[in-house]
Amino acid sequence: MNSLHDEIQAVRALYPVSRSATLPALRLAQERYGWLSPEAFRDVAEALDETPAYCMAVASFYDMYHLKPVGRHLVEVCTNISCALVGAQQVLEAFESELGVRAGETTEDGEVTLRTVECAGGCGWGTVVAVNHRYRERLSAGDVPAIVQELRGEASNAG
Amino acid sequence: MPAEQFVVLAGAEAGPLTRLADYRAAGGFEALAKARTMEPAQVVQEILDSGLRGRGGAFFPTGRKASFLAQDTGKPTYLVVNADESEPGTFKDREIMFTVPHRLIEGCLITAHGIGCDRVFIYIRGEYLHEFEVIKAALEEVHGADLLGGVTIVLHRGAGAYICGEETALLESLEGKRGQPRTKPPFPAVAGLYASPSLINNVETIATVPKIIELGAKQYAKIGVPPDSSGTRVFSLSGNVVNGGNYELPMGVTLRELIYDVGGGIPNARQLKAVIPGGSSVPVLTADQIDVSLDATSMAEAGSMLGSGAIIVIDDRCCMVQLGLRVAQFYMHESCGKCTPCREGTRWMVQILESIEAGTADQGDLDLLLDVCDRILGKCLCPLGDAAAMPVASYIAKFRAEFQEHLESGCPMHGESSLENVLAPVDQHTHDPVAQVPA
Repeated sequence: MNSLHDEIQAVRALYPVSRSATLPALRLAQERYGWLSPEAFRDVAEALDETPAYCMAVASFYDMYHLKPVGRHLVEVCTNISCALVGAQQVLEAFESELGVRAGETTEDGEVTLRTVECAGGCGWGTVVAVNHRYRERLSAGDVPAIVQELRGEASNAG
Repeated sequence: MPAEQFVVLAGAEAGPLTRLADYRAAGGFEALAKARTMEPAQVVQEILDSGLRGRGGAFFPTGRKASFLAQDTGKPTYLVVNADESEPGTFKDREIMFTVPHRLIEGCLITAHGIGCDRVFIYIRGEYLHEFEVIKAALEEVHGADLLGGVTIVLHRGAGAYICGEETALLESLEGKRGQPRTKPPFPAVAGLYASPSLINNVETIATVPKIIELGAKQYAKIGVPPDSSGTRVFSLSGNVVNGGNYELPMGVTLRELIYDVGGGIPNARQLKAVIPGGSSVPVLTADQIDVSLDATSMAEAGSMLGSGAIIVIDDRCCMVQLGLRVAQFYMHESCGKCTPCREGTRWMVQILESIEAGTADQGDLDLLLDVCDRILGKCLCPLGDAAAMPVASYIAKFRAEFQEHLESGCPMHGESSLENVLAPVDQHTHDPVAQVPA
């Protein structure tokens, strides 16, 4: 595997101005560390000749960067209008009860983080849930136990 | 039943057209070859003559926008594709990207030829992982087939921020900054990306360009409702409707035809209550207004807008105060914080709507809510604040009795509304700990 530094340099070369690589560099660092830890910010800053504070100022603007540790799996339930009109809250509550956490929290074993998100862009096929950034569409509360089981299964296999 | 007409989605009637060979078999890249035999100015003239207007929501004439580009500046000219689709209710650009990715690329190359640009950036919303992969694969195929003609196309992924769909915020984000809108002027056509002349167009707009070149401007302009609403729209249909999805139809189809004939009507034998016709930021229409034609002029006459072409159907189980609250929560979450009326106003709107829904508000609070909307409208650098104030003010105007009922005797839905207690990300994020600044 290439070093994070090398990966960032490759992305940096795509732009006439190196600062443009800030968002992709933060994404690469997050993929490496699981979240944007102080080390991750330091690495990105060094690779782009920015300061860690600048990188953090940028990262804190965007929802997809994690400024605190998250679970190995990420479950994001869209609760914007179109999904909410067709039962997103019931889907969310099913996840809360299956996982034993509230939206915004991570399971005690550190495996799954559950959160609500704003419009995911699958409005006609609601409820939309992104499981590790892959969209599952037309979900209802009844679909939730199987998804949680799938994630738990992967968790025990990995362990 | 109104017939679908495929311009943007042509060739994908039976399913995604994601392989270059299949796209070429369907006539793909013939328009590019034709365009490259034309003078650049002639390409822009065709786009101008076609009547094409921006499909992101602002509906600005695309050819005119291109004609504003500053010439002979000694700087490169950039084409930036806005693929940061995030307006609630809208999912058409996503469908275009995963079904006809090569058409988007072909549109980029034709437009790049027209404006004399050799570097294109596609800013794709960060959540669209599958679409990113599809476009990336298509781009590799196009590169392999030697079709780029010296143009570099860079795919740039966003990271979760609605505001980056606003063109100057998008440019800031593409430059590696927080996505906060810029003051205009200067307009991007003069000083955009890296302070160079830049043309920024929506995915659907760019994906329409190949067909304009193929058919010729005159022929394309006849589709829909010329002269102001020529062409098709990929309408996103969602909410309480049987067949949600994206449907490409000529402008001029009525809202009733779209909801009932194409969309199959309202499920569960419910009654239609309201329709949001152009994404969550536009004024609402009532059930008795659905014979309106979906074109710019008719929509303006009806007091709303076609916006992004996203139609959200709302049945009679929905409480309009809760709808207003959920819309306001979204815009509060997405306000970038730069302009005070938007940053503070959206928060006030949420607080007042919460108290109206809880039955603890009085007449003065409802007046205050309208006053807050009025103090946001037109008073910020970008339209995000307006996008919160306009729809909420329209819910009050059109459903005044329901709002009054809340003040007098609480929510008339008695806990049975379809939007009851929906948890918005603004509420969930309240307890986020603050991250440590590295040593």
